[in-house]
Amino acid sequence: MNSTLFCQYLFAGLTYGIIYAIVAIGFNIIYNTTGIINFAQGEFVMLGGMIAISLHAHMPLLPAIVLAVLLTMAIGGLIEIFFIRWLQSPSVLRMIIITIGLSILTREAALHIWGSSVRSLPYFIGNEITSIKVFSSRVSPQVFLVVGVCSVMVAALSLFFKYSSLGREMRACAANRRAAILCGINPRNMVTLSFMLSAGIGAVAGCVMSPITYSQYDMGPSLAIKGFTVAILGGLGNSMAAVAAGLLLGIIESFSISVLPLAFQDAIATSILLLILFVRPHGLFGSSAAARLKDF
Amino acid sequence: MKRFVSTALAFALTLTMGVTALRAENIKVGAILAVTGGQSFLGAPEAKTLEMMVAEKNAAGGINGNKIDLLIKDSAGDPEKAISFAKQLIEEEKVFAIIGPSSSGETMKIKDIAEQGKTILLSCAAAEVIVNPVAKYVFKTPQKDSFAVQMIFKEMNKMKISKIAVVADNTGFGKAGKEQLEKIAPDFGIQILAGEVYDKAATDLSALVAKLMSDKEIQAVINWSVVPAQAIVAKNMRQAGWQVPLFQSHGFGNIKYAQAAGAAAEGIIFPAGRLLVADTLAANHPQKSLLAKYKKDYESKYQEDVSTFGGHAYDALAILVEGIRLAGPDREKVRDTIENLKGFAGTGGIFNFSPEDHNGLAIDAFEMLTVKDGKFVMYQ
Repeated sequence: MNSTLFCQYLFAGLTYGIIYAIVAIGFNIIYNTTGIINFAQGEFVMLGGMIAISLHAHMPLLPAIVLAVLLTMAIGGLIEIFFIRWLQSPSVLRMIIITIGLSILTREAALHIWGSSVRSLPYFIGNEITSIKVFSSRVSPQVFLVVGVCSVMVAALSLFFKYSSLGREMRACAANRRAAILCGINPRNMVTLSFMLSAGIGAVAGCVMSPITYSQYDMGPSLAIKGFTVAILGGLGNSMAAVAAGLLLGIIESFSISVLPLAFQDAIATSILLLILFVRPHGLFGSSAAARLKDF
Repeated sequence: MKRFVSTALAFALTLTMGVTALRAENIKVGAILAVTGGQSFLGAPEAKTLEMMVAEKNAAGGINGNKIDLLIKDSAGDPEKAISFAKQLIEEEKVFAIIGPSSSGETMKIKDIAEQGKTILLSCAAAEVIVNPVAKYVFKTPQKDSFAVQMIFKEMNKMKISKIAVVADNTGFGKAGKEQLEKIAPDFGIQILAGEVYDKAATDLSALVAKLMSDKEIQAVINWSVVPAQAIVAKNMRQAGWQVPLFQSHGFGNIKYAQAAGAAAEGIIFPAGRLLVADTLAANHPQKSLLAKYKKDYESKYQEDVSTFGGHAYDALAILVEGIRLAGPDREKVRDTIENLKGFAGTGGIFNFSPEDHNGLAIDAFEMLTVKDGKFVMYQ
């Protein structure tokens, strides 16, 4: 393999990888505050892209994206308020089924609103054939935007959880719900906030990736499966590990094509998911002792 | 009371029977189309075309006074759904004929069902296996993929291209096309150096393009697909700065695919029927007036560009209507009539059916087209 090919694979892998990582982080944020996996996570990505595309017909790109992200956050919050908040200590299974139902509902609603055709935002810089030369390979500037925006988002999130009081309150709920209540934190609000936050980052990812991958009403589930694989691979609940795991999966997928036919690309992710679930269910970076204390 | 119920029931039954007897004058035509889902670029224009044509026909008094009842079933491109709809249409609805399905994979799944149910099936899908071997009741309107392959290879011979890569999607159309390409290539002295299949829901194929591009011997790429992902191949190739000629199949014949690829679609060469370049045809061309009328009607009614796929549905219904007009509403007679229909001008070309050829189109149904300034034009 020469250096040109190596770079092309690497950038392709980074693009996939960072998107998987963002979906996985969305899973983790909600998992941390509620202990459930929100299977409608992929739909937030779809909604972000689709709303931005609709708004872009009436306004410039940047306000359209900002407004789309805010709207998706509002939808995420409303979903939590209407479907999750009023449940009295629901079982894990029930919550999972609710989120799967929500995912189907959102998808069908999107089908009715936008139809089934493929749409996309325009390239933010240049057009479909613009590319930047990196070493000896050529990469679309949109790839750098995806990687850049997502990296900034990950960094901002980790700062938010570490230093802001709101972020700390969310972490407190995740660590010990009862103790958090005793400290005067309302865990229900934290859950709503976690849905809004993960809807928001999903929507941002949905907007920046739209020119590359297109947006379609049914893009959610396949993203959710990849994101779930990454979340498990990194260890559920650990956002930084999700970034590492996402990049790892993306790069494995893109390099696999040099030895395997392309048709096997999706099989790789599924095989990794199964392998991890059998061998290291607590993830590459998680500890098995901590995993034993979780209900799921 | 019991007596009253049974009388009422009997009365209700006679009433419904009366209604069915009345409706029996109408000719029921089923359609199984991928109106939604990943292949909606095929099914949606097909459904719209059928609705438009049936409304027009019925408003003009139907076929010899018989109105058409159109039952459109949305398979969403799922072969399992296509199978159950086919059974429902044949066994329960007892339709006169079925138009569709949109995709080759679905059509192959229901080919035998139509054959056993002795129901005329006019497929809007392209793969050659649909009519080869010939099944008595199964016809198809899109041009054969082997002719599309020959058109592409002829062009390559002219351009002195002999070493190529083939990429195809993993739908029935993609698989059948890849097989045809591999089978026919030696006849034209063309060598396929690499063949890859990509997922119909693929979102980024830059790694695939990088792999192909690393082989410096490849002089051109054929991208055989009928799903939106085909636009991604074009985009990723041009982004990577790979400027070899890109050939596509007749599955590229919806301007939305060219729009999805944007600037990367410029210069793509592909074979297609004349519908897409109807404006540039000579006034005395046998397809000219029909293409112009369909294009005008469709575009003014639905505010979107016509595609060859809608045209396939147009041809399917037009052929069926012609069969019924000539033979009356008798399924066997209509089948025989369609099988012997000659010189029938449709959107896909001039149809000349025979017992051996249930497609009826010759290679001259194709023109080579290209994309210029975001529009389809004749390739010179």
